[in-house]
Amino acid sequence: MTESPHADYLAGLLRSWSEKPTRPLSWLNELRAEAIDRVSKQAFPTKRDEEWRFTDISTLTHLPYLPSRPETSLQLQDIDHLFLPEAKNRLVFVDGHFHQQLSSLKNPDELIIGNLPDFSASHSSILESHLGQHAAFDHNIFTALNTAFLRDSALLIIPKNTTVADPVHLLFIAIQPEVTSYPRCLLIGEMGSSVTLVEEYATLAQSAYITNSVTEIALAANAHANHVRIQRESKQAFHLANCSVALDHASRYQSTSLSLGSQISRYNLDIRLAEEAAECSVDGLTLISNRQLADTHTCIDHVKPNGTSHQQHKCIVDGAAHAVFNGKIIVRPHAQRTNSSQSSRNLLLSKTAQIDTKPQLEIFADDVKCAHGATVGQLDPEEIFYLKSRGLSEVAARNLLTYAFGAEIISRISIPSLKQQLEQIVLNQTQSN
Amino acid sequence: MINPNSTPILTVRGLRASINGTEILKGIDLTVKSGEIHAIMGLNGSGKSTFAKVLAGHSAYEVTGGSIQFEDKDLLELPPEERARAGLFLAFQYPIEIPGVANTQFLRLAYNTVQAQRGKEELDPLEFDDFVREKMKLLEMKPDFLDRSVNEGFSGGEKKRNEILQMALLEPKLSILDETDSGLDIDALKIVAQGVNQITNKDNATILVTHYQRLLDYIVPDYVHVMQAGRIVITGGKELALELETRGYDWINENNSSIAGVLA
Repeated sequence: MTESPHADYLAGLLRSWSEKPTRPLSWLNELRAEAIDRVSKQAFPTKRDEEWRFTDISTLTHLPYLPSRPETSLQLQDIDHLFLPEAKNRLVFVDGHFHQQLSSLKNPDELIIGNLPDFSASHSSILESHLGQHAAFDHNIFTALNTAFLRDSALLIIPKNTTVADPVHLLFIAIQPEVTSYPRCLLIGEMGSSVTLVEEYATLAQSAYITNSVTEIALAANAHANHVRIQRESKQAFHLANCSVALDHASRYQSTSLSLGSQISRYNLDIRLAEEAAECSVDGLTLISNRQLADTHTCIDHVKPNGTSHQQHKCIVDGAAHAVFNGKIIVRPHAQRTNSSQSSRNLLLSKTAQIDTKPQLEIFADDVKCAHGATVGQLDPEEIFYLKSRGLSEVAARNLLTYAFGAEIISRISIPSLKQQLEQIVLNQTQSN
Repeated sequence: MINPNSTPILTVRGLRASINGTEILKGIDLTVKSGEIHAIMGLNGSGKSTFAKVLAGHSAYEVTGGSIQFEDKDLLELPPEERARAGLFLAFQYPIEIPGVANTQFLRLAYNTVQAQRGKEELDPLEFDDFVREKMKLLEMKPDFLDRSVNEGFSGGEKKRNEILQMALLEPKLSILDETDSGLDIDALKIVAQGVNQITNKDNATILVTHYQRLLDYIVPDYVHVMQAGRIVITGGKELALELETRGYDWINENNSSIAGVLA
């Protein structure tokens, strides 16, 4: 990586870290010290870096946004419109800091759902083997920064053969302008466990701030996780997120992620099918307008045989917005009989909207089934004609098809109240007169 | 049924149409009166599906000559949605799929749009649900049909039944069924035909576009027209379809003038 043009910013950030919370655990201190060391050795990526060629974050690296401080003034009634009635367990983080009073925990004792520091002593050994172990920060400055500032974190440990019936809602709310927050999540699904996790980034103020989040998900043999991720930050915000998923034997990971907010957002989703017969389905929807930029980079890494991955990513881009999708699929030499499919479908709603989509297949095994396809375009005239022949006006036909384009991804979400909320968002953002 | 006192619904005169500069329809004349069922037969490429699409107003085809009168309206002046609202319905050969939109939402939207244009009352979701379930019985459709996305994952037969369900809901004056029999097994064909037969009455009319005679065993036409190279070359009664079935389309080429003489 090149010499950092933003060294001052990084130095400032790290100085601000002088009031770092002290941790009793040596391994956690070491992890953070290591991350700090990695931060000082890396520079912010520029468009000269292949992985960042479409996404210019130079504005962001000039912003003097210091790490957020805990904000306690928020009341339940300020945010209860964001709650999901189906979710009995809710963890609320305000600007990255855990907020006990706004959270609601109704889990039985054997289930660990809570804030990391409350369990770091009692569950030290399992945490040590997962925290910071899946989301590597050697070559990722944002993950390194997040790890350096690691304090609060949503923590879920689902015990062996336990099915959590109701979804768990992790709500990350941004309220302070011009700060940087470092949300963090860790989900450990033990053998044969099953859980639905909603990871949501929302805001109460349309101000500028930076969110730098890291999520780690580790599923043991036969475990299952349904991961719904919703990014609806302020339209002025910068959202940089990394999610790393490690899949053990015959585990199943389902991801549905939505990028709706932020001025600039980047979501890296890395899934490693580390053992045989692991499965993942990865669906994404980007819905942006005006001058938004939303970049999704996914990497699905088939390491062992008999793995399955299905991916569908869609972008609806209006105004002068710019969507980026880079979908890498690696099939390593031993990953025989891998079955993988990827589809990237993109809809441009204006002449100034822009999409860059890049399927990237790296296949080193010979007995594999890999299908992929990418389309960029406008609505299909045959589909419009069909609807008009049923009496719908041109505008109504276009509106319905645009809505449907996005709603297809939303329809994969199994939580009725959330699905309805999101359908409404898609409806509001796809209808013209 | 043919009724000497019935009024024309559709009057096509000298219709010519082309796509990308290639002329497909080369002068079609056809009159369809209320109560009548017409079959348009022909080989692939004869222009019969093009004729169906031109009637519905598909924008890919340019009408280069002739006229189409639909009741008291000049059909060529109307965009597709206004033709639909005026009472023209095309059942598609390949209905489109709309993942993400429940069939019931789509059906109600189409129904209410057309109702509103006709100055009739729209139905709310509950009222519509009762209404559509009644119509679905005609076509022996399962209730989960309503909750599934429009045509997504539907079998060929289910898609065609969904088309006829729309026909039943929209109550058109003129229905054009484009190759509705293609891809159907005999059971599905019977159900679809039975549905169509229940919808047809003395005030509406139907045009069946088909390649095969098979459909006409179940929906009996009053007239059979054979298209060739963009023209209707012969018109006869239902026995013409049987004749074609046994003798094949070549028989027309060989005997064109003499048959036309017999049938005239």
